[in-house]
Amino acid sequence: MTLMPSSLAEVQEVVRTYPHIRPRGGGSKPALCAPLEGQTVLEMAGLSGVLEYDPGEYVLVARAGTKLAEVEALLAEHGQYLPFDPPFVEQGATLGGTVAAGLSGPMRQRYGGVRDFILGVQFVDGEGRLVRGGGKVVKNAAGFDLPKLMVGSLGRLGILTEVAFKVFPFPKATATLLVNFSGLEEALKALYRLAGSPIELYALDLEPPATLALRLGGLPEALPARLERLQSFLGQTGELLREAAEARYWRHLNPLPLGEGRLVKVALTARHIPDLEKALGSTPRRYLSAGNLLYLSWNDEPDRLDALLKAQGLSGLVLKGTVARSQLGINLEHVLGHKVSRALDPQGKFSLHAPLP
Amino acid sequence: MNPALSELERLFPPGRFLVKPGELAPYESDALTAFRARPLAVVLPESHEEVVAAVRWCAKHQIPYVARGSGTSLSGGSLPIDGGLLIGLNRMNKLLRLDAKERLAVVQPGFINLQVSNAAAPYGLYYAPDPSSQPVSTIGGNLAFNSGGAHCLKYGMTSNHVLAARVVLPDGETIELGSESLENTGPDWLGLFVGSEGLLGIATEITLRLLPKPETYHTVLAAYDSLEKAGEAVAAVVASGLLPGAMEIMDSLAIEAAEAAVKAGYPLEARALLIVELEGETPQVEAEAQYLEEVIQKSGAYEVRVAQNADERMKIWKGRKAAFSAVGRLSPDYIVQDGVVPRSRLGQALAEIEQLSARYGLRVANVFHAGDGNLHPLILYNGRVEGELQRAEELAGEILKLCVALGGSITGEHGVGMEKKSYMTEMFSEDDLDAMQRIRQALDPWALSNRGKMFPGEAPALRFHGAHPLEKAGVISRE
Ligand SMILES: Cc1cc2nc3c(=O)[nH]c(=O)nc-3n(C[C@H](O)[C@H](O)[C@@H](O)COP(=O)(O)OP(=O)(O)OC[C@H]3O[C@@H](n4cnc5c(N)ncnc54)[C@H](O)[C@@H]3O)c2cc1C
Ligand SMILES: Cc1cc2nc3c(=O)[nH]c(=O)nc-3n(C[C@H](O)[C@H](O)[C@H](O)COP(=O)(O)OP(=O)(O)OC[C@H]3O[C@@H](n4cnc5c(N)ncnc54)[C@H](O)[C@@H]3O)c2cc1C
Repeated sequence: MTLMPSSLAEVQEVVRTYPHIRPRGGGSKPALCAPLEGQTVLEMAGLSGVLEYDPGEYVLVARAGTKLAEVEALLAEHGQYLPFDPPFVEQGATLGGTVAAGLSGPMRQRYGGVRDFILGVQFVDGEGRLVRGGGKVVKNAAGFDLPKLMVGSLGRLGILTEVAFKVFPFPKATATLLVNFSGLEEALKALYRLAGSPIELYALDLEPPATLALRLGGLPEALPARLERLQSFLGQTGELLREAAEARYWRHLNPLPLGEGRLVKVALTARHIPDLEKALGSTPRRYLSAGNLLYLSWNDEPDRLDALLKAQGLSGLVLKGTVARSQLGINLEHVLGHKVSRALDPQGKFSLHAPLP
Repeated sequence: MNPALSELERLFPPGRFLVKPGELAPYESDALTAFRARPLAVVLPESHEEVVAAVRWCAKHQIPYVARGSGTSLSGGSLPIDGGLLIGLNRMNKLLRLDAKERLAVVQPGFINLQVSNAAAPYGLYYAPDPSSQPVSTIGGNLAFNSGGAHCLKYGMTSNHVLAARVVLPDGETIELGSESLENTGPDWLGLFVGSEGLLGIATEITLRLLPKPETYHTVLAAYDSLEKAGEAVAAVVASGLLPGAMEIMDSLAIEAAEAAVKAGYPLEARALLIVELEGETPQVEAEAQYLEEVIQKSGAYEVRVAQNADERMKIWKGRKAAFSAVGRLSPDYIVQDGVVPRSRLGQALAEIEQLSARYGLRVANVFHAGDGNLHPLILYNGRVEGELQRAEELAGEILKLCVALGGSITGEHGVGMEKKSYMTEMFSEDDLDAMQRIRQALDPWALSNRGKMFPGEAPALRFHGAHPLEKAGVISRE
């Protein structure tokens, strides 16, 4: 069954009434929001709209069902953006789904991921109570950090109804360099050198086999000098993308167009890359944020990827494509997680697993 | 000695197990000296296993405990519990690993904040969170309090720089939170733990993210004939699309105090000083500096100074960093408040604080992180004048309520601790607090870990306010 609440009270009512609930933003990460037997789907699209946005404040507050596209358009009018660069904007992703899935894009490199920008949340817990955490100012240390807790929670701790974010000015000019290296080793060497240097990059992606995609942003008058410095730092000029071609390049990547397989997010550090590269073969993939984030498209059995990630001590999350379990690789469950989940959802209404018959 | 205590004594060698009144005295309060309590005993573990042993002992005997770093908490966070155990972590102060290539440092909880940047400096890296107490406060205390500093708008608070932690839960079990990656695939449990003020357990090993040091700084000091103009200048800087690393304001009382203390060369007659610091790649900073100059010119500053070298920059910051302790020269006692308002309401907040100051007949000096809307009003009073402390307390409370009413927070960086727990209800509803309590109870059903902090309840009466002993000694200063 699918329900479409249009008010907070209705969300609370649904949670109180039904035993098993799966929230859905709009379904851009189908593996995460497809209901299992016995789960009632809660479509969050009815709870949408920006509630507060003062560009001078660098803060935006919106209902969880608000489409990213709407948020981005509004921010862009004032030269601002969501610095964690969420994916699936044109595919209809919502703010709540983005937070719940914990997804960031290439530009997370510059200032950080979703967790670094969320300021406040409001959610309905497993008992139908409305809970608020954090606030809507850029600095706040009052109470437990429930906003961060909700990042990556996959709807298992509560139904997000409102989120507050810190936003930043978008650079007035950007440029992208695509730089090919003779092999992975050379590319990784450059990646490490860049990541440890004072050169500020909006994106630092590795496109296998050995290309770095580097995005610079800032004031237009400083960009040429910075590009030159970057090129001499690298010892080669690379392919320069500017203006419309540059924007197109990154827009094209926003839906993570890696192919038809199961789309998987992997959290890692750059030192895992050499082994992964050997193991992943022809799997379409892209490493983001100086090797801290990998998106890949898996065409084989999920169990094989599960084993591969486990062998590397890594965890993965399936975003698209059917799987019995969306979490792959090493088990990140621990007693703190169980206890906190039970505290917020004592009856297990938001459990990610199919209810027992 | 009761049997439980002798059991504890067997776990810790002499010198690291303290019970004599004289030994306990230094631990009786933290930097909020208004509160005092005598612990049952103090243990000084030197390893993770010893922390586990101490916590297990507490669980077994149902004895509440408090973890303590350097005790610089300004909100009574590390105040001992009467009859409880104090677990002092200062001896767990090793740098376990520094991986310059992966840009991370693994430290024990008692490692000092400033030491992280010192250790990282040879590699061109640094640790971004810089509370003013950084020469003495520990990474464990910073983590528990999600400490801030002057650079939070751009870089976030401590939480944004902690990658992983090994944690001893209140039942003695050990878990690992987070990983070396900046990303996660599941709920951000580490995010919940950071800033939990010692209520959810003790961190015994902490992995920190290091950042490359900015290439250049451009530091501007602008003088105004009114606070309002300085506040508007901050708004104008933000509106221009610049993202400075820090933006700080001081009012005339704070300027006077800072000048008397460190002779930073500030224009003494100014009603407000604004410090703006740009940082980053040289060509970018040079270009930004031109825009900043225009914005500052238009904002009505009557004097503008740009630091020409590292020394001049340090001098500008020295005055700012010293402002708080320096206020001690103007008044025998003072209360430091810590509240946040939306940046656009700064002007209104300052005007209302001025009115409150007049109404209560107490001077208030303002020094604050303007870029974050993080106010630090200093309420000056004389503890020897009958009723003045109480009036100061009331005024402090009014300011906090004002912050909440304007859409802000009761604390930007000093935490709730003992001091602000009764104000939590101003910010959060019963259901909000109940959700936090349920999380806490799930992990600590007997409320052993830092009992009596953060959640509203009875607080003992205040007795005294003033500088931390280390501030008086000139070792640290507060923001
Ligand atoms: C290729 C593609 C094309 C599409 N094209 C269209 C189109 O043309 N038109 C259209 O209307 N739609 C389209 N969709 C669907 C679209 O993606 C969804 O509309 C969208 O809004 C995405 O949902 P989401 O990203 O917000 O999160 P979801 O994928 O819905 O959810 C992600 C995770 O977050 C959880 N979650 C979601 N919301 C909340 C919440 N509020 N609180 C707690 N947990 C929550 C879910 O349970 C899940 O675990 C398309 C999808 C894809 C993949
Ligand atoms: C002069 C001065 C200036 C200051 N300036 C700033 C500032 O600019 N910004 C700012 O944010 N704060 C500031 N503070 C406040 C204080 O320094 C910070 O809160 C700091 O993080 C406390 O560190 P500590 O090691 O002294 O911790 P303590 O005071 O010993 O403990 C603080 C809290 O952390 C808990 N704790 C300690 N170690 C652990 C651990 N390992 N695991 C779990 N919990 C633990 C304690 O139980 C307690 O609740 C200032 C304080 C002073 C005195």
